[in-house]
Amino acid sequence: MITIKLNSIVGSFAENKDKAREIRIKKINPALKKGDNVELDFEGVTSATQSFIHALVSQLIRQYGTDVLDNINFKNCNNTLKKIIEIVTDYMQFRE
Amino acid sequence: MVKIHLPNSAFLGNIDPFLRSFDPSNKNELTITSNNKWVSVHPMVVAIVASLGKGISTEKLKFEAFEARSKHYFERIGLFKFLGINSGISVTEHDPSGRFIPLTRINNSTQLTQFLTEMIPLLHLADNPKQAEPIRYIASELVRNVIEHSQAEDGAIVCAQYYKTSNTIRIGIVDGGVGVRKTITQSHLAQDDFEAIKLALTPGVTGTTRKEGGTELNAGAGLFFIKSIAHVNRDFFLLYSGKAMYKLLKRSLKEEIFLQSDPLKDRHSKEKALPHWNGTAVGIDLCLDNTKEFSVLLDLIRNTYATSVRERRKEKYRKPKFT
Repeated sequence: MITIKLNSIVGSFAENKDKAREIRIKKINPALKKGDNVELDFEGVTSATQSFIHALVSQLIRQYGTDVLDNINFKNCNNTLKKIIEIVTDYMQFRE
Repeated sequence: MVKIHLPNSAFLGNIDPFLRSFDPSNKNELTITSNNKWVSVHPMVVAIVASLGKGISTEKLKFEAFEARSKHYFERIGLFKFLGINSGISVTEHDPSGRFIPLTRINNSTQLTQFLTEMIPLLHLADNPKQAEPIRYIASELVRNVIEHSQAEDGAIVCAQYYKTSNTIRIGIVDGGVGVRKTITQSHLAQDDFEAIKLALTPGVTGTTRKEGGTELNAGAGLFFIKSIAHVNRDFFLLYSGKAMYKLLKRSLKEEIFLQSDPLKDRHSKEKALPHWNGTAVGIDLCLDNTKEFSVLLDLIRNTYATSVRERRKEKYRKPKFT
C-alpha cells in the first residue's frame, strides 16, 4: 500500500487538474500496475472540484474497470469531498 | 468601430437591452460613453467592456469623460487601468477588502491558483466557508474552462463585487475565444449557438468526446454544476456566446427547488439573435442569505446527473428486431 498525501501537492482546495493528472500518472498508476493498493490521504484538503476528482480517478476506472475502486482508499475525506468523489465514481460506472 | 454605452443600470435581470446595444464584431476601435447621472452595472458588463478594449491602442480607444457620480466605481474596479486610459478620476485609495475583486486577467493554472487564494479574503469570506465554497468553486471551474477550451489569447477576464443592500456577490467571467459552439461541435451537432449552449449546460456532454463519462480530463459536468449552484441558491446565471444567451431566472423562496438535467426545463429566458460575441461571457449572482450547504447541493447534483446519464443510455439502447 502506498499513501499519497494530497494537501502538500494541491493545497486545501484541490482544483488544479494538471496536478491531478500528474499524481495519477506518476504515482497512482505505477503503484496499481505493480499490484499495490493506493491510499489517497485528503487530510488538510477541505474541498475539491469535480474536474479535479475526475482528472484524478476517471481514467483509472476506464483503464482497470470498476474493480479498481477496491484498490483505492480515500482517506480523511470530509462530507463535501466524499460526495464529489461519489458523483465521479457514479457517472464513470454508467458510462458506455 | 464598436460603440458601447454604459447605461444607468445593467444587472443580470435587466441586461438584455445592453447586450443588444453594441456590435462587438469590429474591434479595431472602441468608443465608450455612459449615462451621465448614475451608472450601476454587473461585473460581467465591466468584464465585457474590458474584453472589448484589450489590445486596442489608446489612440483608437475613445471614451467620453464619465459624468456620473458613480464614476469612481469604474476607477476602483480597474477598468481604466485595464484599458490603459487615464480617466482623470481621482479616488482616495483604500483597501478594497470586503468590496470587490478588481479586473484580473488569468492566463494559466498558476495564475488561477493564485487568484483563488486571494479572492476569498478579498470578499471577506475567509471565516465563512459555507458562503466561500460555492464562490471559489464557480470561479475555479469557469476560469479553467476558459484556459482549457476557449483558445482565448488573453485568457479569462474576471471581476466580482459584493453588494451590501442585497447581500449578494456578483461575478463576471469573460473571454474572447472561440465560443461555446465551436467547442461543443467538435463532438456534437448543434444547429446554432443556442443549441450549443443548451448542450454545454447538459450534464455529461462535453466537446471533447461523444462518449458518456468524457475523456481523462473532461466529463462535461462543469457548467451543469455552476448552473445548479445558482439554481439551488435561487439566483441568476447567464451565459452569452456567439449570438445566443441563456439566462437562468431568479426563483422565489416559496418555490420548491429540484434540479433538472435539461436546462430548458429550468425557468429561463433566452436570446438567439444578439450581436455576435466572439467567445463566452458568464455572469452569476449569489445571494449570501440563501447559500445552502454545499453538501446538500451535491446530493441533488448526484441524483440528477445519474438520472440524466441513465436516460441518455436508455435513449440509445436498441432492441434487435425479430420478424
